[in-house]
Amino acid sequence: MTQALLTLEGLTKAYPGVVANNDISFEIGHGQVHALLGENGAGKSTLVKTIYGLVKPDAGRMTLDGRPYAPANPRMARAEGVAMVFQHFSLFDALDVAENIALGMDNPPGRRQLAARITEVSEAYGLPLDPHRIVGDLSAGERQRVEIVRCLLQNPKLLIMDEPTSVLTPQEVDILFKTLRKLAAEGTAILYISHKLEEIRSLCEHATVLRLGEVVADCDPRQQSARDLAELMVGTTLHTPSREAGAPGEVLLEVTGLSLPAPTDFGTALRDVGFSLCAGEVLGIGGVAGNGQDELLAALSGERLAPAGTIRLRGKDVGRLPPNARRALGILAAPEERLGHSAAPEMSLTENALLTGAVREKLISNGFISWPRSRSFAQRIIEGFDVRTPGPEVAAGALSGGNLQKFVIGREILQAPDIFVVNQPTWGVDASAAAAIRQAILDLSAKGAGVVVISQDLDELMEISDRFTALNEGRLAPIRPAKGLTTEEIGLMMGGAHDMEVAHVETLAEVDA
Amino acid sequence: MDLGQINPILLIASLMVASTPILLAALGELVVEKAGVLNLGVEGMMITGAVVGFAIGVNTGAPLMGFGAAALAGAALSLLFGFITQILKSNQVATGLALTLFGIGLSALIGKPYVGIKAPSFPRLDIPLLSDIPVLGPILFRHDLMVYVSLALVVAVWLILARTRAGLILRAVGENHAAAHALGYKVVRVRLAAIAFGGALAGLGGAYVSLVRVPQWTEGMTAGAGWIALAIVVFASWRPWRVLLGAYLFGGVTVLQLNLQAAAAQFPLASLPIIALLVLFWDSMSQQRRGLPLSTRRKVVYLAVVLVCLPATFLWWNVWTTFKVEFLSMSPYLVTILVLVLISVRGTHGAPASLGRVFHAST
Repeated sequence: MTQALLTLEGLTKAYPGVVANNDISFEIGHGQVHALLGENGAGKSTLVKTIYGLVKPDAGRMTLDGRPYAPANPRMARAEGVAMVFQHFSLFDALDVAENIALGMDNPPGRRQLAARITEVSEAYGLPLDPHRIVGDLSAGERQRVEIVRCLLQNPKLLIMDEPTSVLTPQEVDILFKTLRKLAAEGTAILYISHKLEEIRSLCEHATVLRLGEVVADCDPRQQSARDLAELMVGTTLHTPSREAGAPGEVLLEVTGLSLPAPTDFGTALRDVGFSLCAGEVLGIGGVAGNGQDELLAALSGERLAPAGTIRLRGKDVGRLPPNARRALGILAAPEERLGHSAAPEMSLTENALLTGAVREKLISNGFISWPRSRSFAQRIIEGFDVRTPGPEVAAGALSGGNLQKFVIGREILQAPDIFVVNQPTWGVDASAAAAIRQAILDLSAKGAGVVVISQDLDELMEISDRFTALNEGRLAPIRPAKGLTTEEIGLMMGGAHDMEVAHVETLAEVDA
Repeated sequence: MDLGQINPILLIASLMVASTPILLAALGELVVEKAGVLNLGVEGMMITGAVVGFAIGVNTGAPLMGFGAAALAGAALSLLFGFITQILKSNQVATGLALTLFGIGLSALIGKPYVGIKAPSFPRLDIPLLSDIPVLGPILFRHDLMVYVSLALVVAVWLILARTRAGLILRAVGENHAAAHALGYKVVRVRLAAIAFGGALAGLGGAYVSLVRVPQWTEGMTAGAGWIALAIVVFASWRPWRVLLGAYLFGGVTVLQLNLQAAAAQFPLASLPIIALLVLFWDSMSQQRRGLPLSTRRKVVYLAVVLVCLPATFLWWNVWTTFKVEFLSMSPYLVTILVLVLISVRGTHGAPASLGRVFHAST
């Protein structure tokens, strides 16, 4: 092969207490789609931030096109032809598409010219975009287009994509892959970061696998099975959750005609949501982020009150009850955001256990907290769910994502809920912790509880749900048995490819009124 | 009741003078908040600007020097705030409050020797030809330099925020500092610059009080103008033109009530609640015309206005004779907030999403 585009040699970066990257070397060729594989915390993000000039390595060097390359900041990286699409979009909700794109360029042309260029480039790559729309109103897929077009306008030599498909419907993934293949064919190298193995096998020619900050393998992903890749990534054999299929019991929870206006300017309104949930059943709710997941959980948990009569537990109307009253009746929930929503980061695990467990575990009597009982409840969660921590007095924020998630899930499950609603149970959690959490959810439902799992991880939903539906713009798709659903069908339930949806504007006006 | 004593032309002309300090301070704070920083120290920077501007103005005999020094003093004080909140990452609310207390104390200390002295006069710039136009001339074109500067600054701030790259970057930093950092913008540097600009404008506003509006130094003479400026920024939904509207409204009612106190009139103020109800009616009709149902938020505001207005009208006739002056003095605050709240209820709010949040560059 001719000279590589980008060569990394011995890159090392240590943070206090952890070596994020240890002696990493590999190279990326011109027009190559190169995968960077690894679990959360394997050091992928640090590595790409180094390439993009956001992180300075402690040791090692990089060569771009034969010349030494050491960007001090993203501006220099962009000037050298390196562009990046971030995992958590680096977009500004209140600004319009053109302004967002101008911010990512070093010498943007005038407004009108830029708008014309955006339209031109976005159409050339099959990513239609209206330059004048406010980004906060766009769907996740459209927002990603903004990021990609922002990069493409600078004619990059290397395009870094950090977990680009985690927020897309399958149809949108197809469109994205077409664009990426076209780019690669034109000579742009792509560094593709993901932990979704099937995607990497279909898209990439070369893969570098990271584990705990080190390169553990360099391979051609097309020649490996997904299972082999997974084991390279995790380092151990994976255990797949198992369950015994039982007949669903009586109907526990009934939601009918649940509509709620959006809580904030950029939130989603729930529209006529309805489903029923039986004992011993797992209902999986998919959908792209920002389509009403948080709002649905808030309505079910009691965080936002629902109209009377829309939510019934065993026939009793609970729609107007606040969270603690619902907890007393057996409806427990674990929201998505671990730090600050399902747990208070600065407070100890004991205090966090107390916060939702007070009612059902009787940790408070006559207004006084029983610390011994709270502590032993926290201790039971830690032991029962293998939370790796020195003890219940540790602050929640000090736990790793996976451990805190196990704690949060365990806290609710140990209270023996009749209905358990969970949003993104395994987001940002390593594979073995994720497997443990899924198993715990299945065990809970086997004991006769009804479980609603809201997730953006379709594989996860297919693995654990009995019935499946998807949220799209705050509406629930018709519920179908999970077994036998094809990717195609799921994608359509999630709303298909989000095209230029002019309809957004109308729906917003509706919500505002 | 003798309204004939009030000359409407003089009234409007002095309205512009009365509004200028608040306009300057609010415009500065608008830029600061657009960059995502909440500086509650406006009052402290204003009063410091007032005393420094006065001292330098008296000592040099040149008011313009005083204004320059006041801007520098305001900026210096604000950079103290900037250092503590942006570099040392302290809480912005607490630091801003401390800055106000500090500024009030510092100004009293500096100002001791200057109590009772008269400020050097600051000449009016009568714009040739234009100032001779009847009615409009005396209203618009016979002011001092700072009035024109403040109006030019409104235009400049609006243009820069809406149309230039620098303004775009500033808004981006205020909207999502993490994303701006990821794109390679210097969040802390942009914010420090915005804070210094805000401080300089607050200083100018303060100096305008002590050099032109009053013109002398007394302790605590800004008398809450900084707080009103802060309120105006919020109710103006972070838009420069609405800040101008809010400041002039406040200045206008202030001047009007002073004149009314002199004229001992009661009719116009007694009608304020009625005017407020008319505004409500107009608002609901225009909603209906657009075919939109009334939102809960709007209904709550209506209810609040009615609840305030009805007792106010009732009280008016009973307590008027006892608390005439107090009622008149509170009217600018009531009217400004009422009008701006009604405006902001109608549209989007547009608070910068990162407003008041501490930025850590560790990501």
